[in-house]
Amino acid sequence: MENISKDVFVFVEQNRGIPADVSFELLTKGRKLADKLGGELKAIVLGYNVEDIAKETFTYGSDECFLVDHPELKYFRTLPYSNALGDLILTYQPRIVLFGATIIGRDIAPRLASKTKSGLTADCTDLQISDVVYLKQDYKDLLLQIRPAFGGNIIATIITPDTKIQMATVREGVMQKIPVSNPKTHKITKIEYKPSEVDNLVEVIEQHIEEKKVNLKAAPIIVAGGYGMGSKENFRLIHELAKTIGGEVAGSRAAVDAGFITPDRQVGQTGVTVRPKLYIACGISGAIQHRAGMQESNKIIAINNDPDAPIFSIAHYGIVGDVTEVIPMFIEAYKNKLK
Amino acid sequence: MEFKILVLVKQVPDTANLSGDVMQEDGTVNRSKLPAIFNPEDKVALELALQVKDKYPNSKVSVITMGPPRATDILRECLYMGADEAYLITDRKFAGADTLATSYVLSEAIKKLGHFDLIFGGRQAIDGDTAQVGPQTAEKLNLPQVTYAQQILDITQTHISIKRKIEGGTEVVKAKMPVLITVIKEAAFPRPFSAKRVMAYKSAKSLLELEKLVEGNSLLYIDTLTQEYKDKGLFIPTFTMDELQLDPDKCGVKGSPTKVYKVESVVLASKSHELFEPSKTAISNLIDRLMADHIFG
Repeated sequence: MENISKDVFVFVEQNRGIPADVSFELLTKGRKLADKLGGELKAIVLGYNVEDIAKETFTYGSDECFLVDHPELKYFRTLPYSNALGDLILTYQPRIVLFGATIIGRDIAPRLASKTKSGLTADCTDLQISDVVYLKQDYKDLLLQIRPAFGGNIIATIITPDTKIQMATVREGVMQKIPVSNPKTHKITKIEYKPSEVDNLVEVIEQHIEEKKVNLKAAPIIVAGGYGMGSKENFRLIHELAKTIGGEVAGSRAAVDAGFITPDRQVGQTGVTVRPKLYIACGISGAIQHRAGMQESNKIIAINNDPDAPIFSIAHYGIVGDVTEVIPMFIEAYKNKLK
Repeated sequence: MEFKILVLVKQVPDTANLSGDVMQEDGTVNRSKLPAIFNPEDKVALELALQVKDKYPNSKVSVITMGPPRATDILRECLYMGADEAYLITDRKFAGADTLATSYVLSEAIKKLGHFDLIFGGRQAIDGDTAQVGPQTAEKLNLPQVTYAQQILDITQTHISIKRKIEGGTEVVKAKMPVLITVIKEAAFPRPFSAKRVMAYKSAKSLLELEKLVEGNSLLYIDTLTQEYKDKGLFIPTFTMDELQLDPDKCGVKGSPTKVYKVESVVLASKSHELFEPSKTAISNLIDRLMADHIFG
């Protein structure tokens, strides 16, 4: 494909003037991808009175920021946002567009992929640029979109070799945001908002933001339980251990699905990604989706009755045994140290 | 008031119960080797649609699925729960479709079925977790969308008010109909099958199933049999690519921009970990170690 763009666009999302962390994480990653391609990194900020966020994108390496600032864009709404973003994407035809795999990102990215007939891969855990031979054809500098698939039994690398624009969403916390020391530019390009008759088909009547009670990402110690805890009653042991050692309680997706714990405490690919000082995995077999959310913890203790459970392969310390016996021993031993 | 409602449903492999030789060499999934279930959030979507019909009994609830012939199983389940009619969209040429190719087929099929005030679907299917087919179908139908719906608050002749999940909370939106809505599992608890409806619809059959009956019995003719099932209200209309006059380049593998380049089974870098006995002494030693490393205390 000739005359193809080398630029990487990142949609920087915000609600009530607060930018999402994942957007800055994507800028850090996007910077690397753009350098590899030899192109530019451009941030897109949409909202009302959000020029400060546009300025902040340079801290994370953007070469230019497109800013669409208008009262109609105060709240995220699919149609006004996708019209403005779609116009930008179709005008500039970037090589790559990245979105957070947030509720907003997962609402708008598929719509834009459909509109621009681009390939889109959801919930990537890694992105790379590489030359590819696919069906005996050579492709230069494709975006490798890497994600666990099918119950975590495989890691799939997805490519979209025949579309000009490659799109991907990435979960918050999977990549790290790193400020650059000397932002190169501060080039904000203001784009005029074009009203459309479809803008008000959906109106936001009110928003209710709950105080964020759980902040797993900031917890130095996390005690997590899985399906192997067996029951909600047994899961109390997780709470007890966490309370004893001053940790936060978390769970695997299987534990959430089984109703042992609320979804806001889910660690893993479809939950939160954490990097605590200590992660204690109790009755968690360690499917890749779960490991993707915790394997960078400083120290990992795995407690499981199956010595072949995959969780042991990433653990620093392992205890093979029944969680309902081992956890009370742990609690007692810890309390004894404090005496 | 009455509403024409369509629900998008999908039969999915039960990813919680995987066994060997499910993955094929090209990286796609051999679905025939897996137990198949009604995608949980699609069932919730049907329940919400049926709740609208409970309130406004003159409404009509139709369901549609794209899938292999055996997906007829979940269409029958829809009928058992209370759906008025069910459509199967099936063709070998749809195999390997990604979300873009799927939404193309669905949107074209929906256009042929006529006008709907409300289109419901699950937020995502458990086999891919992409949450893309809903928004992509809405885009192709030029409809507004409301994703992550949690509760229907109010319906008028022209508008529907919905509470939806947003990052860190909820919001209330008011959407003009027609609109496509994707629902999360917290939205409703699907009703059990009605025993009466199971009796009535257990012999409902798709065209493909009727053809199978004919194959094994020289006394049966497909046209008369189809008519007989139609007359009894037990026929599940079935459409193929040609019948929907679809562009073959936009269907199945051909119409899918995303390609599986590489699939790796998860091989664990077996990092050596230190084992501690499940005994009080050993655990006490482990705690000492963590304290020495300043992880505790």
